[in-house]
Amino acid sequence: MSTAEKIWPKGWPPEIRETPSRFKRAIGKYWVRRSSLCNDCGICVDLCPYGVHRKIGTKMLLPRDYRCIGFVCQETDHYCINKCPEKALTLIRNPMCDAMGDKRWTADLLISTWYQAETGEVPPGDLEYKVGDSGGGFDKLRFKFELEGERPKEIPDKKEISTSILLNRRNDKRPKVAISVPFYGGGMSFGSVSLTTMLARAKAAMAWNTFTCTGEGGYPEALVPYADYIITQVATGLFGVREETIQRARVVEFKYAQGAKPGLGGHLLGDKVTQAVAKMREAVAGSALFSPFPFHSVYSVEDHKKHVDWIKEVNPHALVAVKVSTPTDVDMVAVGSYYAGAHIIHLDGSYGGTGAAPNIAKKNIAMPIEYAIPKVHRFLIDEGIRDEMVIMASGGIRTAYDIAKAIALGADGAVIGTSELVALECIRCGNCESGRGCPRGIATTDPELTKLMELNWGAQRIINLFNAWHSQLVDILRRLGIQSIKDLVGRTDCLVHLDYM
Amino acid sequence: MPKKYHIDTRPTPPRFTPIGKSGVMDWRTGCLRCKRCAKTTCVYGVYNLRTFNSRQLADSIDYYCKNCFRCVQSCPVGLITKTINPEYLEMGDTYWTPDIISSTWYQAETGKIPVSGAGYGGPFVGDGFDDMWTDMSEIVRPTRDGIHGREYINTSIDLGRKLPYLSFNAEGKLISEPPSLVEIPLPIIFGELPMGNLNETIYLAIAQAAYRLGTFLVVTPEEFLRPYAQNIIPLLSQEVLNRNLEWVHEAKIIALPHSETIKQSIERIKTARSEAPVLVKLPLTPKAKELVTQLTMEGVDIVHVYADTHGRELESTSPRFIKEMVMEIHLHLVEKHMRDQVTLVASGGIAMAEHVAKIIICGADGVVIDLPLLVALECRLCKDCLQGESCPVEIQDIEPDWGAQRIINLMSAWHGQLLEVLGAMGLREIRRLRGEMGRAMFYQDLEREIFGAIFGEKRGDN
Ligand code: SF4
Ligand code: SF4
Ligand code: SF4
Ligand code: SF4
Repeated sequence: MSTAEKIWPKGWPPEIRETPSRFKRAIGKYWVRRSSLCNDCGICVDLCPYGVHRKIGTKMLLPRDYRCIGFVCQETDHYCINKCPEKALTLIRNPMCDAMGDKRWTADLLISTWYQAETGEVPPGDLEYKVGDSGGGFDKLRFKFELEGERPKEIPDKKEISTSILLNRRNDKRPKVAISVPFYGGGMSFGSVSLTTMLARAKAAMAWNTFTCTGEGGYPEALVPYADYIITQVATGLFGVREETIQRARVVEFKYAQGAKPGLGGHLLGDKVTQAVAKMREAVAGSALFSPFPFHSVYSVEDHKKHVDWIKEVNPHALVAVKVSTPTDVDMVAVGSYYAGAHIIHLDGSYGGTGAAPNIAKKNIAMPIEYAIPKVHRFLIDEGIRDEMVIMASGGIRTAYDIAKAIALGADGAVIGTSELVALECIRCGNCESGRGCPRGIATTDPELTKLMELNWGAQRIINLFNAWHSQLVDILRRLGIQSIKDLVGRTDCLVHLDYM
Repeated sequence: MPKKYHIDTRPTPPRFTPIGKSGVMDWRTGCLRCKRCAKTTCVYGVYNLRTFNSRQLADSIDYYCKNCFRCVQSCPVGLITKTINPEYLEMGDTYWTPDIISSTWYQAETGKIPVSGAGYGGPFVGDGFDDMWTDMSEIVRPTRDGIHGREYINTSIDLGRKLPYLSFNAEGKLISEPPSLVEIPLPIIFGELPMGNLNETIYLAIAQAAYRLGTFLVVTPEEFLRPYAQNIIPLLSQEVLNRNLEWVHEAKIIALPHSETIKQSIERIKTARSEAPVLVKLPLTPKAKELVTQLTMEGVDIVHVYADTHGRELESTSPRFIKEMVMEIHLHLVEKHMRDQVTLVASGGIAMAEHVAKIIICGADGVVIDLPLLVALECRLCKDCLQGESCPVEIQDIEPDWGAQRIINLMSAWHGQLLEVLGAMGLREIRRLRGEMGRAMFYQDLEREIFGAIFGEKRGDN
């Protein structure tokens, strides 16, 4: 049995099921329009391998054009636009792409993430699924092989290559927890997202043998069956933190700061504090909840160590992760966490985050994760403690390629969040905190809006996305000739930066 | 603990439907007339509240739609599509972007800090102020909790000079006389507007806001501003000074444009009123650094350096950006051991709250703002007024009270954002932010330090 097999306790690979958009019309990069010239001959149905054209009985259905691969199809022998005998079909780029997304999450990235969540596969055609358009950091980094061009045809047997990482590298007799993919889900609290969203994430984490995190809003009972795949967060507000929640966790995360609002603490607007949320957090419904910043009992590494010791005392089997943001001295902070006894240092860079935060903080405070990773990685090497710490990176990690780049820059793995929400059809409109919350039923506790999403649909979408990512990671490793993702850590020699060529 | 600085905000809606980012288009042909049309389920009731203003030719939908795309995706025949309103993209220019303008409108209307979910969507780095990040404090620094009001973060600054040292006589009695300082609760002064169909009302609105906020307006004084004299910094030309000294006697601070004869002007003011601080308005030209030093030596209390509206150096063939220039002036004054003998305020290109924090980090004590005041009054920066055309938002017809409140709201939002930055850094005094370049991270430095070490030399670097 290979190592890869050992770490898939629940059968592998997780089942992939096609899970289309829950809305009537999915959004794609192209529009295929069928004019009245169409005589329902159905030739296009046979031509298109992507299932754009369908026929029920003798009638053609509206094209499922979000699956169309666009103008690159011209080079194939199944380009329906030219082959339609009646010239009834037209193809254009979806003009709505201009109104969607932003520099970091371009319309292409949104659409490609939806595609992966629907099919579990790497997007075909010219859909950009690796980088955004921010003009720096990950978006300017490439693996050398990418510039050499050409995709290999066959994906090898996934079992040959290991994407598993260890979350405990200290020799402290605590469990050597391993996850099968080099990423886990970051904290999103009950209150900031719906229970359905939390459960969907937990189910996906279980399917892929990784973790998701409760965030700081307490540990809803419904999550207990997934306890082995859930990280409990202890944040400054201590909302819903109890001995039993710590005891059931394999990993406990201290949130000192978060990248989206570094140094600012948490804030849940009154509208989102429904009865259920208030109960969980032992607070009053309808009134805004603040988590102060920082921990008012932590002013030194010694105090920090006391906190870590407290968790280790309450749960002798738990690993401790420390989530910090990325100030100028982030390297020192990481060393401090090592001496405090943490297993994982989780660096949360400034550009990510899912919850509501002041725009001024998201844009301006603390450094992007792309700088923080090599800075901490090198410093821990110089201090001689890199081998004992696990570095997890987050804050703007959107794609499988971002994950691989973060690892090549020096992280052990990545923590993700927004991508999972995009898999659930988040469109990044940013309205998560206004009024009743997310109009698409993801980041809301509004009873009516929450109903917009079904649990199994959501879980499967995330499972599918992870599958597409896993294939890409395996593909990257294979092209680099690396057997295990663990050997990619710090391999900056595999990367190039487009501004430095 | 000093009394908390409180700004009274009040929702102050715009008079015209603002230009929104969203463009929604819906077609009639093919409509199935569904019982539950996608439009009825808009969470924000955008379609139900829809109005069309025929005078302004503005559809409210473009302003109120929150871009969630649900209606687009829920219409079974795909009749609803969205674009970006081209009128929105045309607003302002490359520096004063549509996003800055509409965010300023939001703040002027609500007095609230712009907040949103889903991370930051902008570019990794940009020009001007967008190539630096501010620091934050992790774990091991003193407590700070100013943002939600449990601890006080002070945003006041002093206008005026401070003595480099105190002198005592043989008996140990203090003989130096500390010059008078004027404290303002915000590091922000209002300045003259570079455009707009300007009339009395507009300046009355700004002066009233300055009065209610406890700050100043630097302006060529006119009679109608007399009721606000305590909050006016009159900008007096040599010629006016020769004619009458009325404003010199009335104002707390007196401003002079920089000129060949600046020395005589200063003399004249100091003779008339030795205690009033003097501000000199100086263009940021290649000579600015030397001139600031010289003015400081000559006893000027406050120097107001100004760049163009995009923050660019004046009279230069390869203009530098205001932040680099202020940095240079600040460091030069520090080197000459005279930094505290002068207050340095800067203007030109200060468009957002973050610019205030950043220019202070680069060494200014405070800022003077102009265009944001105009935008708070609904200006769209179309510059039609500069062509002598009529203003699309009839800015000349505002009520001073309405205008003042919009400006106050904007300043409250900026104040709140300064607290966010200071709070994150663990600072309780904006005075301590000045020149703290070590608590900021600059793109060039990070690239060199981190990516340079990995990838070698950057393309185009020399
Ligand atoms: S252009 Fe190609 S991918 Fe698109 S609908 Fe036609 S056959 Fe399918
Ligand atoms: S409100 Fe918008 S950005 Fe927030 S989760 Fe929902 S769809 Fe995503
Ligand atoms: S949902 Fe679409 S088809 Fe139905 S009534 Fe509305 S516009 Fe017409
Ligand atoms: S996009 Fe969303 S907010 Fe805008 S009109 Fe449609 S449903 Fe309403």
